[in-house]
Amino acid sequence: MSVLLQFVHPVARKSRANRALLDAARAVQGVTVNDLYELYPDFHIDVAREQALLEAHAVVVFQHPFYWYSAPALLKEWQDLVLAAGFAYGPGGTRLRGKTLGSALTTGGAAEAYSPTGHNRYPIRALLAPFDQTAHLCGMRYAEPFVVHAAPRLSDAALAEEGARYADWLRALAAGAPV
Amino acid sequence: MLVQAFIYLAAAALAVPVAKRLGLGSVLGYLLAGAALGPSVLNLAGSAAELGHFAEFGVVMLLFLVGLELRLSELWAMRARLLGLGGLQVVVTAGLLAALGLAADVAWPAATAGGVILALSSTAIIIQTLQEKRLMGTPGGQATFSILLFQALAIIPILALWPLLGGGGGAGEAGHGAAAAGRPGWQVALGYLGGLAAIIAAGRFLIRPLFRAIARTGLRELFTVAALLVVVGIAAITEAVGLSAALGTFIGGVLLADSEYRHELVADIEPFKGLLLGLFFITVGASLDMPLIAREPVAILALLGAMVLVKSGVLLALGRLFRLGWDQTLLLALVLIVGDEFAFVLISLSRAQGVLGAEQAGLLTATVALSMALTPLLFLAYERIVVPRLIAARAPAKAADEIDPAAVRDHEVIIAGFGRVGHVVGRMLRAHGRTATVLDLDSDYIELIRKLGFKVFYGDATRLDLLHAAGAAHAKIFVVAIDQPAQSLALVETLQKHFPHLTLLVRAEGRVHAYELQKRGVKFFYREMLGSALDLGEATLRQLGHGAHEAHRAARAFRRHDEEAVRALAEHWEDDDVYFSEARKSIEAFEKMFEDDRATPPSDPAWAPAAPEDRSRG
Ligand SMILES: Cc1cc2nc3c(=O)[nH]c(=O)nc-3n(C[C@H](O)[C@H](O)[C@H](O)COP(=O)(O)O)c2cc1C
Repeated sequence: MSVLLQFVHPVARKSRANRALLDAARAVQGVTVNDLYELYPDFHIDVAREQALLEAHAVVVFQHPFYWYSAPALLKEWQDLVLAAGFAYGPGGTRLRGKTLGSALTTGGAAEAYSPTGHNRYPIRALLAPFDQTAHLCGMRYAEPFVVHAAPRLSDAALAEEGARYADWLRALAAGAPV
Repeated sequence: MLVQAFIYLAAAALAVPVAKRLGLGSVLGYLLAGAALGPSVLNLAGSAAELGHFAEFGVVMLLFLVGLELRLSELWAMRARLLGLGGLQVVVTAGLLAALGLAADVAWPAATAGGVILALSSTAIIIQTLQEKRLMGTPGGQATFSILLFQALAIIPILALWPLLGGGGGAGEAGHGAAAAGRPGWQVALGYLGGLAAIIAAGRFLIRPLFRAIARTGLRELFTVAALLVVVGIAAITEAVGLSAALGTFIGGVLLADSEYRHELVADIEPFKGLLLGLFFITVGASLDMPLIAREPVAILALLGAMVLVKSGVLLALGRLFRLGWDQTLLLALVLIVGDEFAFVLISLSRAQGVLGAEQAGLLTATVALSMALTPLLFLAYERIVVPRLIAARAPAKAADEIDPAAVRDHEVIIAGFGRVGHVVGRMLRAHGRTATVLDLDSDYIELIRKLGFKVFYGDATRLDLLHAAGAAHAKIFVVAIDQPAQSLALVETLQKHFPHLTLLVRAEGRVHAYELQKRGVKFFYREMLGSALDLGEATLRQLGHGAHEAHRAARAFRRHDEEAVRALAEHWEDDDVYFSEARKSIEAFEKMFEDDRATPPSDPAWAPAAPEDRSRG
C-alpha cells in the first residue's frame, strides 16, 4: 500500500530531527513525500491537488515537530480546506473511508514530561486526540503515533537510530499491519 | 592637436549639458558647440576638415552598433511591416522631395540625392526621445521603430547605388577623391558586390574564430583591441575596394549580431562611438556655412518647409493606411521629421562624387541641422497642443454617446488606465461580479481590449466632464492605474478637489511618486515594481536553498518594512542629508531584523530541557 507523507515543517533548513526522519522515510518504498511548507509558502493550498493525492494513497502520515501541543499552522489550514464536507465527511463524504492516518512527531519535551506528573500533564496520546477524532470522523483508522521525544537533545547517531525505527514504522503501515 | 582636442572637448562639456537642460538633446548640443567654434563665430575650430576625417569614424562605429542591434532573424519576423511602412516612407518621401527638386530646376542626380538625404530620420535622436518620453511601447512608437529599422537597412542599397548618381548624371560637378571616379556606374556597383561578399565571408570565417581565440586568453583589454581591430579592419577593406566604410561596418555588425560576442562588442565600441560621434557632430556644426545661411535664409526655409511638409504628409497617410489611431499617427508624423545624422555622411559623399555642389551641400547640411533643432519643439507641440486638442476634439463626442450615465450609475469602482496594472485590477473585480467603469487614453489599445470583451472608454481621465460622465459622483472607489506620474498626480488633485468622497487607490511609479502622493494625503498607493522585485528576491533566496516558506516570509517582511519606511521617509525626501541618513538607518534596521532571526519561526531551545532530570520545562 502506498503512503502519502505530509511533511510539515516551516523551516526545514534549520530542522535536525525532522530532516533526519525525512531522509530515512525517503528510502522507504512506496512513500510519496509531500512537503507542504515548500508547496504552499503563502498558505494558498491547492485543494484539488491535495485531494487527488489523498485518493491515490491508502495511508496518510502527518510528520511534523510538535508545536504548542499540536502541529505547525499550515497543517491546520490544510485540514480546514482539504478535508472538505462531501469529500472527507458529511453527506457523500466517503473518499477517505477505510484508509489509515498516522502521526509522526518530534517533541522538545522528554517522554516523562508527557505524563500526569510531568510538566506537560497529559500523555502525548491524549494530546493527539484531535487527530484521532479527525481520522475517526473521516472513517479512517488512526495508527499508533510515532514519537521522538526530547529531539533537540539527541545526538546525530541517536537521530539516525530514530530514523531506522521510523522507516520500520512506515513499512509496517505500508504493509497494512495493525500498528 | 592637443589644444584643439581640448577646445572641442571643452565646448562639448559646456554645450551638451546646457542643451539637455533646455530639453534639446545632446546631438543639438554638439551641433551648437560646433557652430560656436566655427569660422563664422569664434573661429576656434582650426582645421575642422582634418579632425572631421577622424570624427567620421564615429559614424562608422555608430553604424556598426546599429548593425549589431539588428538580428537577421528578428528582421525577418517583422518583414511585412518593415517593407510596407518603412519602404513606402523612404521611397515615397524621397520621390516626392526629388520631384519638388526637379520642379525647382535642380539636376536629377542632385534632386534624387537631396530627396534621399532629407527622407531619412535620425535613429539616435528619435529613439532617445521616445525612450525619454516613454513612448517607445505605444503603437506609434513601434511603427516609428519599424521605419527607422528599414532606413538602417536601406543604407546598404543606398550606399551601394550612390555612385550611380555620380556616374550617370551629366549635371554633377567632376568628382574628386571618390575611389569610384572615372569608372562607369555599373562597373563600380559590380565591384561593390564583390566587396560585400568579402565582408560576409570574413564575418563568418575570420572574425568569430578570432574572438573565440581571444575569449580563451581571458584578457579583457585584448577584447577591446580586437573589437576596434574588427571595425577598423572592415572599414579599411571596404574603403580599399571603393565602398563606404560605414556600409561595410554596418554589414559587419549585422553579421555579428547573432554571435555570442555581441554584448562585449557593444560594450567595447560604445564609448569610442560616443566620443567620436560627438566629435563628428561638432565638426558638422563647425562646417555649417553661416554666411550661406545668412545669405540664403529663404532657400533654407523653403527646403526645411518642403522637408517638414512632405515627410509629415507621407507619414500621416501611412499611419492611417496602417490603421493607427489619429494620436498615434500624429506622433509618427512629428517624430520622424527630424533629419538623420547619416545624412551628413551622404552629403559629404555626394560632394566628393560631385553629385552636389558646394552650395547645395551647404544648404542641405543647414536644413538637416535645423530639423534637428526643430525636434524638441515638435515634441513639445505634440505633448502640449496635439494631445490635448485631439482629446478635446474626440472626448466629448465619444463621452456623450459611449458613457451612458444610467449604465454606469451602479458601478462602485472607476479605473483610470487599463494597461498592465489596471487590467489586472479590472479582471479581478469582474471575476467577483463587480463591474468597474474603465477609462484609458490609448485609442489603439482600447480597440484591442474591446476585442477581449472589456468595455473601456476612451478619454483623458483628468478632464472633469469626463469624470462626471463616468459617474465619479456616485462611485465609491477610484483606482488610478495610469503609468505617467505627472498625469497620475494631476488626476489625484482633480479627484480630491471635486470628488472628495472617493477612496483613492493609486499606482505609484516608484518612491518619488509615492512621496508626492503622500504629500497629497493619498493613503493607499502601490509601487509598481515592488511586487515583482519581491518575487525575484524570494525566488533567489529559494534557489540559494532557503525554504519556500522562509523565503516567502522574508519577502513579506521586506514589504512590511519597506511600506513603513516609504511612509516614514516621505517627510525627509526633499532634504538630501537627512533623507540618506534616515534611509541608511532603515536599511540597517531591516538587516538587523534578520540577524535577530525574528522573521522565521524560532527554534526555541527552551522547549527542550537541558538535562532529562530537569522537569521545569518541556
Ligand atoms: C513554536 C514552537 C513551539 C513548540 N512547542 C512545543 C510543544 O508544545 N511541546 C514540545 O514538547 N516541544 C515544543 N517545541 C519544540 C519542538 O517540538 C522541537 O524543537 C522540534 O521537535 C525539533 O525538531 P526539528 O529539529 O525537526 O525542528 C516547540 C518549538 C517551537 C519552535
